[in-house]
Amino acid sequence: MTHTLGRPDFDVIAAWVEPGHRVLDLGCGDGTLLKYLIDSRGVRGVGVEIDDANVLAAIKNGINIIQGNLECGLDEFADQAFDHVVLSRTLQTVRHTEGILREMLRVGREAVVSFPNFAYWKNLRSVLDGRMPVSEDLPYQWYNSPNVRFFTLLDFEDLCTKMGLIIRERSILDEAGNPVECTESRDVNFLGSLAVYRLTRNR
Amino acid sequence: MPGQSVGAVKSQRAHFDQPLHLRSGGILPAYDLVYETYGTLNAAKSNAILVCHALSGHHHVAGHYADQPDNIGWWDNIIGPGRPLDTDKFFIVGLNNLGGCHGSTGPSSANPATGKPWGADFPMVAVIDWVHAQARLADQLGIDSWAAVMGGSLGGMQALRWSITYPERVRNAIVIAAAPKLSAQNIAFNDVARQAILTDPDFHGGHYYEHNTRPLRGLRLARMLGHITYLSDDQMGEKFGRELRNSAFSFGFGVEFEVESYLRYQGDKFAGYFDANTYLLMTKALDYFDPSREDNGDLKATMARSKANFLIASFTTDWRFTPARSKEIVAALLANGRNVSYAEISLNFGHDSFLMDDAHYHGVVDAYLRNIKL
Repeated sequence: MTHTLGRPDFDVIAAWVEPGHRVLDLGCGDGTLLKYLIDSRGVRGVGVEIDDANVLAAIKNGINIIQGNLECGLDEFADQAFDHVVLSRTLQTVRHTEGILREMLRVGREAVVSFPNFAYWKNLRSVLDGRMPVSEDLPYQWYNSPNVRFFTLLDFEDLCTKMGLIIRERSILDEAGNPVECTESRDVNFLGSLAVYRLTRNR
Repeated sequence: MPGQSVGAVKSQRAHFDQPLHLRSGGILPAYDLVYETYGTLNAAKSNAILVCHALSGHHHVAGHYADQPDNIGWWDNIIGPGRPLDTDKFFIVGLNNLGGCHGSTGPSSANPATGKPWGADFPMVAVIDWVHAQARLADQLGIDSWAAVMGGSLGGMQALRWSITYPERVRNAIVIAAAPKLSAQNIAFNDVARQAILTDPDFHGGHYYEHNTRPLRGLRLARMLGHITYLSDDQMGEKFGRELRNSAFSFGFGVEFEVESYLRYQGDKFAGYFDANTYLLMTKALDYFDPSREDNGDLKATMARSKANFLIASFTTDWRFTPARSKEIVAALLANGRNVSYAEISLNFGHDSFLMDDAHYHGVVDAYLRNIKL
C-alpha cells in the first residue's frame, strides 16, 4: 500500500477532515500535511512549529505558520477556533502531556493525535533482547531521540478516560502503515506500531 | 550577503497642496514629501512595496548617492537585485514622513503663515496622518494597491495602520519588531527622552532655530537613552563588558568604561544631524499609536477591518517590543481568520535586530515575498 507523502497517518487524518474545515497542525514541520489537506481537501489551515528551518520551509510552502513552543500552551488561539487540532507523532516529545491535550480541545472541536505505540510487539521484542527499539515509527537512537514520554496505546486510553476525553475513532497501523484488523484492545496494543486517535470532550 | 545593492540612487520630492487634516486637529495647508524609489513599477502597477521608516529613519532606504558613495541607505542590506526586496521583481518606495528632518515638511520647514520655521508650532502628527500622506503619494505614483507595506518598529506600526485604514490598498503587511501599542514602560522611556530635550536651555520652547542654536545636550541624552533600549543586555555585555578605555579607574566623571564612550559617541553623532523637534514629534507619534482605541481596546475588532495577508516577525532579545507584543497582533489576526505567519527570530541585537543582515531573518522575508502573486 502506498501512502500519502510516505506518511500512513496522513491518509487517516485526511479522511477525517472535510472541505472548508479549519485545521490547526501542531508541530507541523515544513507544513507538508497542511499543504496536502489544503490542496486535496480544501481546508483552511494554520501550523505551529518551533524549529527555525521548519518555519522557513513552511513559509516557502505558502503555509500560515506560527512559530511557538507547544510546551507554553496555545495562548494566541481563541477557544473553539478550529474544527480539528492535529498533533501528529509529536505527543511523545511534549512534557506537558495533559496540558497540551487540554489546550487542543480548548482551541478545537476535535483533537487528532498520532503517536508511536511503545507496546508494539517488535518494540517489546527489542527490549526483551536488551535493546531500546528502533523502527519505522521510532526512528531514533536512545541518545538522540526527541521523545520524552514513553507510553502505549492502552496507557493513552487510560489517560483519556482520566481526563474525560471521548475517543470518537481510532485507527491503528502496523509498521507498513496498514490498518490492524482486530478490535480487542490488548491485541491491538500488541500489533499496532502507530496509533491515530480522534478525540472530543464532553460538553 | 547574497544579491547586490541597488547602486546609485536619487531622491525625489512630491508637493501636495490639498490640506491634510491631522488627528490632533491641526491642518497642514500644503506639504512636501521626499522619497526614493528602486526597481521598476510594472504596467499593472501591482508590484509596489512601501517601506516605512522608524523613529530616526528617512527616505534614503537603499543604495548610495552618486556624489556620496559612503551614504548608504538605512535598510540597504535587504533591498536590491537578488535580495529579499528584490528590485528585479518589486518597485520599492521609501519616504521621509511628515514632521521629519530629512527634507519632508517638518518643524524646521518654513511656516507659510509666518515665513519662519514652524518649530514648536508644527502640528502634532500621528501614525494615521503619515499613512494618509503616504496614500496621497501612492495616488501620485499611480499605485492603487501595494503588493506589500513593510516596516520595522514604528515602521511596522505604519504597516499595521495601513492594513486597518486602507484595507483595499494593502495586499500584504510585513510588521517587524513592532507592537499594537506602547506599554507604560515604553512611554516612560520616551518621556525621559523628551524631558531631556524640553529642559535643555537651548530649546527655547521649540523655537531654537530663531536663536541660531540647537538643544544638542538634550537631544544627545535622548539618543543615548533610546540607544540603550535598542540593544540587548547580552550584546552590550559581549561588545563592551566592563572594559575600560585606560587600564585603571580614574575616579572621575569622564569617559572611563567603553560603553560610556560608545553611547556618548552615538549621542553626539545623532545630535549632529537630527532635529530635536522631530524627535519630540516621532516619540509622541509612538506614544499615541493604538489603533484598537477606535474599538475600545478590542484589537480583534480593529483587525477585522484588515484584509491583507500578514507576516509578523519579532526578535528573541528585543525587550523594547518583545515577541509577546507581536503575538498580540498575531492573536488578533488569527481570531479573524486572516492569513498570517509569525517568525520569532533568534538574534542577539535587541530591538535593532530588525536592521541586521541575518541569513535566517532575511530568508523568512525572502520566502514570504517570493510567494506574493503580482
